[in-house]
Amino acid sequence: MSVSEGTVSKGWPDRILSLNGWLVYVFLYAPILIVMIFSFSDHPNVGIWGGFTLDWYDRMLGNEQLMRALRNSVVVALISTVISTVLGTAAAIALERYRRWAGKRAFDALLYLPVIIPDVTMAVMLLLWFSQLGMRLSLTTIILSHIAFNISFVAIVVRARLAHMDDSIEEAAADLYANRWQTFRLVTLPMIWPGVIGGALLALTLSLDDVVITSLVQGPGSTTLPVYVFGLIRRAVTPEINAVSTVMLVASMVLVFVSLGFQRRAERFDMPREEVDE
Amino acid sequence: MRRLGVTIAVVSLVAAACGTSDTDVQAAADACEAGVVDGDLNFYNWTEYIPYGSAAEESEVEDLLAKFESEYGVEVTYTEYESNEAMLAQVEAGGAPYDLVVPSDYMVSLMSDPETDLLVRLNKDALPNLSNLDPQFTNLPFDPNGDFSVPYQWGTTGIGYSYDVVDDSEGISWGLIFDPVQRADYAGQISMLDDSREALGAALKYLGYSLNSTDEAEVNAASDLIAETKDDIATFSSSGYWDLLIEGTTMVAHGWNGDFFSAYDGASTDDYDAYEDFGFAVPNEGGVVWVDNIAIPVTAESPCTAHAFIDFLLEAENGATLTNYNYYGSPNAAAEELIYPEILEDPSIYPPQEMFDSGALEFLEDLGEFTTTYEDAFVEAKS
Repeated sequence: MSVSEGTVSKGWPDRILSLNGWLVYVFLYAPILIVMIFSFSDHPNVGIWGGFTLDWYDRMLGNEQLMRALRNSVVVALISTVISTVLGTAAAIALERYRRWAGKRAFDALLYLPVIIPDVTMAVMLLLWFSQLGMRLSLTTIILSHIAFNISFVAIVVRARLAHMDDSIEEAAADLYANRWQTFRLVTLPMIWPGVIGGALLALTLSLDDVVITSLVQGPGSTTLPVYVFGLIRRAVTPEINAVSTVMLVASMVLVFVSLGFQRRAERFDMPREEVDE
Repeated sequence: MRRLGVTIAVVSLVAAACGTSDTDVQAAADACEAGVVDGDLNFYNWTEYIPYGSAAEESEVEDLLAKFESEYGVEVTYTEYESNEAMLAQVEAGGAPYDLVVPSDYMVSLMSDPETDLLVRLNKDALPNLSNLDPQFTNLPFDPNGDFSVPYQWGTTGIGYSYDVVDDSEGISWGLIFDPVQRADYAGQISMLDDSREALGAALKYLGYSLNSTDEAEVNAASDLIAETKDDIATFSSSGYWDLLIEGTTMVAHGWNGDFFSAYDGASTDDYDAYEDFGFAVPNEGGVVWVDNIAIPVTAESPCTAHAFIDFLLEAENGATLTNYNYYGSPNAAAEELIYPEILEDPSIYPPQEMFDSGALEFLEDLGEFTTTYEDAFVEAKS
């Protein structure tokens, strides 16, 4: 085994590493690509190519139950994202900007809990909680649950952004007679904006994908798209599922890319950046 | 913080005190009369397990939910679940106002157990059409006398195979999987269900025992048999095995009839009939009969509408519609003359009556504590 001299080496380790990198992409994306390709296949079996067709998309749009599930998903995702973004951002500011308040440490630690604990545990806790409160399970309980887990994700993303923002800028604003609200609206918010949008998009994606929690807190008529699709797979797999998956995939990917874009912009503002755990 | 805690505790207590107790639902159910409804219906069922909406149109069968709505003047909300366990958790927690659920056999015995007590005892006076049930389905091991549930659809567990390696002109045997001489041709191209009761049940049947055996020596013999077969088995899997068979990765697959049929239908086109290449049969030694059942959970708010709906499904015409849509067996004897002949005459959906009479086909019984013996034996066999 020879170790190449100098700092720049283009030996076999590099090639293997880059091959490995490509293989990772193949393993990750080849199955996804196949799912997408077969959504256009004119054959009822998901594994057999029968020529190009848009029939499955047509069928998907004509499936009332599926469309109802999609509508539920969109409503849940939009409402829970807006609310959890506001609350999550507020939590991040409270933790970063206000040095001492009662219960801060406990709050800090507890904020990470929904990120760490398994979905199933969270689902059962929420279900029991709603039944203790005597709440009827419905679209509202799904929205509340999604807000509950999304606050943490938003707070973590926004906090990372806040941590690298020099608070002397806010102090300067205060010196210039800006009150707290003006400081927040005119100085803080514009600076943390990329973090807020990134957090919101993350929340939107997580909400659109959730199966475990939703399936335990859903009520009559409030089945969301992922839960519906999961149930469909048990019965019969037709390319209609590929079509639904493709639409969801494209939507999720667009959201992730937009979110990444905002985070890049954030990085350009300040070079050092804390590790953000998903 | 502390004040908040107290408030929460109070709110919870109030909520618990205000909730309708289970006995109220039972009393309401006992007072129901045949065909009389008491509110809208919340139906909690598996995805696309009843014909309604655009799916019914596409299958060219009647929309059963719309029919019930117009006959009884109530609204039906259909909600889908994806596992018995998710449904169980919701009923147990009590926050879900569902009037009807469709649990599988083992879940009925769990939910109707006096300790869990999650199902309403049915008021049979409100179910005059119960007489349409096939007597075979009126005294099932998971719900003796049918006090808590009414069978919804049923099916069998058996073997799906490719005609390349299997000749089924004289029926088939579990030896397709367990006989080393028979399987030599396609060793490594076999799949088995990843389910202790189903897999050991198949081995028990091959050995000539009951699949509800509580004899440890018999279960161990079955476990040894699976261990000996293991090296020739490609995978233990309870989903997707049908795709492996169609693709040709496996030649012989242990599984549920409905799964094979939807896969064969899926693979067929206008000029290709998958049934020419693939078959399904319950082995001559016998196998499992599974049953999905409709039941009223204690969370029901319209127990009488729920009874009316169960009775509606027991009508011959509606029972037939259900089977003509799902392609599963119907427990409704009166429905048989309206079921498509292609379903009734298919021995893989309706196995010959002799197989029931001889005890070859068995329902899975709840074995109580002995279930763990099965689980341990299966884990050992696979490792």
